[in-house]
Amino acid sequence: MRRRGSRRVTGIVEPEKRGLRQKQKIRALSAVQVYYDGRTAERVHVMKTSRRDFIANAGAAAAAMHDLAHAQEPEHEHEHSLVPSDPALRVKSLESLLVEKGLVDPAALDTLIDTYERKIGPRNGAQVVARAWLDPTYKRRLLANADSAIAELGYGGQQGEHMVVVENTPKVHNMVVCTLCSCYPWPVLGLPPVWYKSAPYRSRSVIDPRGVLREFGLELPEDVEIRVHDSTAELRYLVLPERPAGSEKLNEEELAALVTRDSMIGVAKVTLPPGVHA
Amino acid sequence: MNGVHDMGGMQDMGPIQADKNEPVFRERWEARIFAMNRAMGAWRKWNLDASRHERELIPPAEYLRMSYYEKWLSGLVELLAKSGLVTRAEIESGTPEAGSSRATPPLTAEMVPAMIARGTPANRDVPVAARFKAGQRVRGRNINPTGHTRLPRYARGKLGTVERDHGVFVFPDTNAHFQGEKPQHLYSVRFAARELWGDAAAPRDAVYVNLWDDHLEPA
Repeated sequence: MRRRGSRRVTGIVEPEKRGLRQKQKIRALSAVQVYYDGRTAERVHVMKTSRRDFIANAGAAAAAMHDLAHAQEPEHEHEHSLVPSDPALRVKSLESLLVEKGLVDPAALDTLIDTYERKIGPRNGAQVVARAWLDPTYKRRLLANADSAIAELGYGGQQGEHMVVVENTPKVHNMVVCTLCSCYPWPVLGLPPVWYKSAPYRSRSVIDPRGVLREFGLELPEDVEIRVHDSTAELRYLVLPERPAGSEKLNEEELAALVTRDSMIGVAKVTLPPGVHA
Repeated sequence: MNGVHDMGGMQDMGPIQADKNEPVFRERWEARIFAMNRAMGAWRKWNLDASRHERELIPPAEYLRMSYYEKWLSGLVELLAKSGLVTRAEIESGTPEAGSSRATPPLTAEMVPAMIARGTPANRDVPVAARFKAGQRVRGRNINPTGHTRLPRYARGKLGTVERDHGVFVFPDTNAHFQGEKPQHLYSVRFAARELWGDAAAPRDAVYVNLWDDHLEPA
């Protein structure tokens, strides 16, 4: 559990959630001069000046220090700017530069975004799973040669060039992580959720998979073997979850509707919603 | 590189915060930088491993502070500058330098579906002998390279068993530094949880890691 309200620095809050919390805390703590919670310096300053002003000032100061450090250390490899400005502005500026230089076609960016927002997502994987549940010969092909079996349903390509499907059973539970970055099977699951790419999941999945699963509400008995797959290469893993009891009479489409993204990452089981009976 | 990106086995990073209704991109700039990364890859000035390594080079405190797509922004800016496609001055100003030439984008909207469908396979059809075979006991090498490596710290010096030989793949540890693909066999290696984490780990649990010949030694 994350301990809060103390001077101790605890845990890494997902940066995506930090902005809102920061605003809330700033409002709540406007009278407080010093507030410790990890990124102390920035927060203390935020209360004295606007965030934008602070970042601009700090950016200039940090850039100067960075230049100095470089002058003293010619072989220093870190070229990254130390304090970011508003990423939305920087991304907009970068895109306009790349477009103006003829390096990217903005229509290609639109098509890429549309593809991953609308066309490629976990419904693809759910269809693969449902087919495997219904068709034992398909399941055999899927477990033996995932690429060609997944291609039978029309899926494959970028970040899923080399697929491996691992089957959950009453005795073996598979789950997938990428401890080094964010590797994830895009063609069947789409782009990964924030939690999958976050420090808490990446760090703890390998050392405490049972604790991680518990946070997702899944408690597994001791006699179940947990296999954590760390995606350190270009192999991409899809978990074939167990078919829930009571789903015998459902058709492929109905089965696919039961299959969640999380069950195909291996942090959940597939369950029948209340009211669905065979 | 023993960087902060090599997170496997670290503790106290806080609870996992799953958002049930998370959109694919929460903000438009996330979508734009994602797409720019994909589209700029079409220039073939760098490879997937180099782009991963570029994000690993983000200083540790920044790496932990940044959101995911902020890292993609930072990584792309570095790749653009290092490859010479743009200058740092242009990135700062957001406009091309006077007199710079205008290129033609290598990726058009019409080409996107085929590019995604084709992907970028990392296997190589070259005859390279496998150093290990399924069932063999192996040890993760105790190496601490200062560059890119896909051998996580937690598997170094640890005993495992080769579960499966996946064939010959590009070796990221050299490819990330443009030192060649050095194709070699890639394996799934099973490490017992107790071998990695001691007796407090569950007796049956295991971690499977994809490792290359150069990451392993006979045990």
